[in-house]
Amino acid sequence: MSELSSLDNAQPLLVAEGLAKNYGRLAACRDVSFALYPGEVLAIVGESGSGKSTLLQLLSAQLAPSAGHVAYRMRDGVLRDLAELGEAERRFLFRTDWGFVHQDPAQGLRMGVSAGANVGERLMAVGWNHYGRIRDIASTWLERVEIDVGRIDDAPKTYSGGMRQRLQIARNLVTEPRLVFMDEPTGGLDVSVQARLLDLMRNLVSELGLAAIVVTHDLAVARLLSHRVMVMKGGRVIETGLTDQVLDDPREPYTQLLVSSILPP
Amino acid sequence: MYVAVKGGERAIENAHRLLAHERRGDRDVPEVTLAQISGQLALGVDRVMTEGSLYDRELAALAIKQARGDMIEAIFLVRAFRATLPRLGATEPVNTGEMQVRRRISSTFKDVPGGQILGPTFDYTHRLLDPQLAEGFVPEQPETAEASQAATPRVTDILGRDGLIESSPQADSDAPVGDLTREPLSFPADRDLRLQNLARGDEGFLLALGYSTQRGYGRNHPFAGEIRFGEVEVELFAEDVGFAVPLGSIELTECQMVNQFKGSTTEAPCFTRGYGLAFGQSERKTMSMALVDRALRAGELGEEVGAPAQDEEFVMSHSDNVQSTGFVEHLKLPHYVDFQSELGLLRKLRQEFAEANQAVELQEAAE
Amino acid sequence: MNAPTYNFAYLDEQTKRMIRRAILKAIAIPGYQVPFASREMPMPYGWGTGGVQVTAAILGPDDVLKVIDQGSDDTTNAISIRKFFGKTAGVATTTSTTDATVIQTRHRIPEASLHAGQVLVYQVPIPEPLRFLEPRETETRRMHALAEYGLMHVKLYEDIARFGHIATAYAYPVKVNARYVMDPSPTPKFDNPKMDNCAALQLFGAGREKRIYAIPPYTTVVSLDFEDHPFTRYRFNAPCALCGADDSYLDEIVTDDKGGRMFVCSDTDFCEQRQAAGHHGTESAAPHKEKAHV
Repeated sequence: MSELSSLDNAQPLLVAEGLAKNYGRLAACRDVSFALYPGEVLAIVGESGSGKSTLLQLLSAQLAPSAGHVAYRMRDGVLRDLAELGEAERRFLFRTDWGFVHQDPAQGLRMGVSAGANVGERLMAVGWNHYGRIRDIASTWLERVEIDVGRIDDAPKTYSGGMRQRLQIARNLVTEPRLVFMDEPTGGLDVSVQARLLDLMRNLVSELGLAAIVVTHDLAVARLLSHRVMVMKGGRVIETGLTDQVLDDPREPYTQLLVSSILPP
Repeated sequence: MYVAVKGGERAIENAHRLLAHERRGDRDVPEVTLAQISGQLALGVDRVMTEGSLYDRELAALAIKQARGDMIEAIFLVRAFRATLPRLGATEPVNTGEMQVRRRISSTFKDVPGGQILGPTFDYTHRLLDPQLAEGFVPEQPETAEASQAATPRVTDILGRDGLIESSPQADSDAPVGDLTREPLSFPADRDLRLQNLARGDEGFLLALGYSTQRGYGRNHPFAGEIRFGEVEVELFAEDVGFAVPLGSIELTECQMVNQFKGSTTEAPCFTRGYGLAFGQSERKTMSMALVDRALRAGELGEEVGAPAQDEEFVMSHSDNVQSTGFVEHLKLPHYVDFQSELGLLRKLRQEFAEANQAVELQEAAE
Repeated sequence: MNAPTYNFAYLDEQTKRMIRRAILKAIAIPGYQVPFASREMPMPYGWGTGGVQVTAAILGPDDVLKVIDQGSDDTTNAISIRKFFGKTAGVATTTSTTDATVIQTRHRIPEASLHAGQVLVYQVPIPEPLRFLEPRETETRRMHALAEYGLMHVKLYEDIARFGHIATAYAYPVKVNARYVMDPSPTPKFDNPKMDNCAALQLFGAGREKRIYAIPPYTTVVSLDFEDHPFTRYRFNAPCALCGADDSYLDEIVTDDKGGRMFVCSDTDFCEQRQAAGHHGTESAAPHKEKAHV
């Protein structure tokens, strides 16, 4: 690794400080602080209602925090507070340097538009203007996510659930983002399909050196994908650490309960 | 030899002469008078005034006559005339609490101060065609009584005294009165502009949308808190004399719907309002309007927004029947040029399709 | 009864000033759709109320007006609008493209090139080029503001993936002054190149949708395409049966119920000028093979 990039990796990519979100009297998320480094995969685990999805929305600037802030290191190396970005900058970030994988692929794809155009849209949005090249890149990405290139002109509404999810991933990764948010990426899929998808995601993340923040209630997903885990309960982070450490040797009674009830012995 | 079609101008003139002839109908039958239309087809005149946004019975009657009874065409005629009128100012808000009531009902209380006044209504009539009305029928004189001088308090004001219903927003007398016929509409629109849009909106469209909320597409649990119809004074504040000058009185129908609201973390549960107002006696219109007004407030009240009647852009962009009919009917205009382009494209696509299939067949034959 | 009286060119001066302000803003931001408080006009929405309001706002007593619909001065709606201004403004009218100072049009751009000082007023039904991709006005305005036009290219991409070429024959979207994507109104794409670097001022009025937009003289107008699938014009590959022109847009005339047809210029003034200058067609009704004409 070159000296420059190791220097880069020494600086956090995303920094959250004192993040909180209240809905009336309900505190959906309180006082969350952490730093995410380039190439690092962080899993946020907890039961439904623990505040993990709210936290993901705060981190990806889709929701304004009640307190605290999120900063992101832009491609020029400057750490910027997301709240201070203009809408144009924020949307640009969203379709270039970030990806967002929804649990329901229908939310992240254009279901009536061909797979090729779904993958190519981000490229066209940033000014690509050569049909043949866009199509080549789209084909390459379909291959990488193990979708038959012969299906490039079919719309995702004709795809199976697993294929849709892989297409959504390809659509997000085509601009080579540095950070991908994932919200229960394997939710709603059969166990065998989940395994294949997880395997694919793990390979892509390591090949591309992606940083990712994965929200999941499934500790198996956290174990397979992430380097670090944050356990949430009642809007708070109650335990955090290296994935193996937290899952094999949980300190908090709640985490112990979570691990014992979900992970097979 | 082919000659490009000419004589459009004469064709138009002839068509207009024929229209005038058809409008007159059988010339042996007396011509219908504006007074007859205004007096005997009064609810039609009310609708044309309301959706035409111009309070003038005589012009509305003329429009109905000119339009051969086509209500949307009549509304269009009134609107086109209204568009040329200068806007001199805005009147003081009318006080419907001081309405000289001719009909007033509430479905929320058995009796209310001022009483339930049935007035002239189709409600409770049996819808049997009445052959007597065909000709020469002289109805009995109605019962009459001295007009009450006491004001009739609004039912929603009675609820409001206990804080059971949200307070009615008060007009800020310094704020300019919004007018979507003078300023382009942008979304999201404030409630004053929404109400103006609904007041001008097509009765049938609002009826269907209001009905859809009752059938579960954006339910808001309405009660007809009050419907009242009667005369109110209209006043204009005259700058030079320094006080409000009465301009005369107009007939209005007002409907206040009382709707459920579950409250939120910051607000106690209370009833909410949907509001409808129209010229003349226009009950169906004002009730539908009140239902849709309340539906459009879903976002403001923190309710889930999803049904058509709750979708501001959808409702406001399609409520106007003059706009709707124009765009639907413009399909009658010539479209030769774009049709020709489509035709050219279609032929090309079909040719390519045929060539591709032929190539496949040849290949298969060769294999 | 309030007997109606009308101002010069129908609209009151207050309204004209409001429309002129919108026009000036539109000229200042080429291709941007300026909202304006469109009035009810005495012709229905969809019949050209936007164009009529723009024309009414810019017309002066010395102007010479030409009105065309489908390229022709003699279609019923063109006559109706020309008579309207003849009556309410008393201005001179003409069918000559060259002599007119203001030309109101529906669905065509005249074949004769326009000159400096002329104004071409388009009637526009749906001003928003993104409307059929995104129905919400709040969203499309944001997309324009941020110049997010990826979705437009998705549509073109889909056309090529499906048909091998861009399958939009009219109302073909353009980018104005390298900034705003604009709907040229339902003119055939054959007319698109005429908008580019045009000497005349081009104004677009959408009455029902309450929008005005403009292309100032000598502004760059580019039809959207891909580098490897460039924009092409299209016309039926035949000369005009009346004047023999082989570079004008043609109307197809069905001459009998046995498949007979002929092709004549859609721009009637252009065709008549050519005939007057001694050009003649063959009046051949023989079927022609079509091909794209670049």
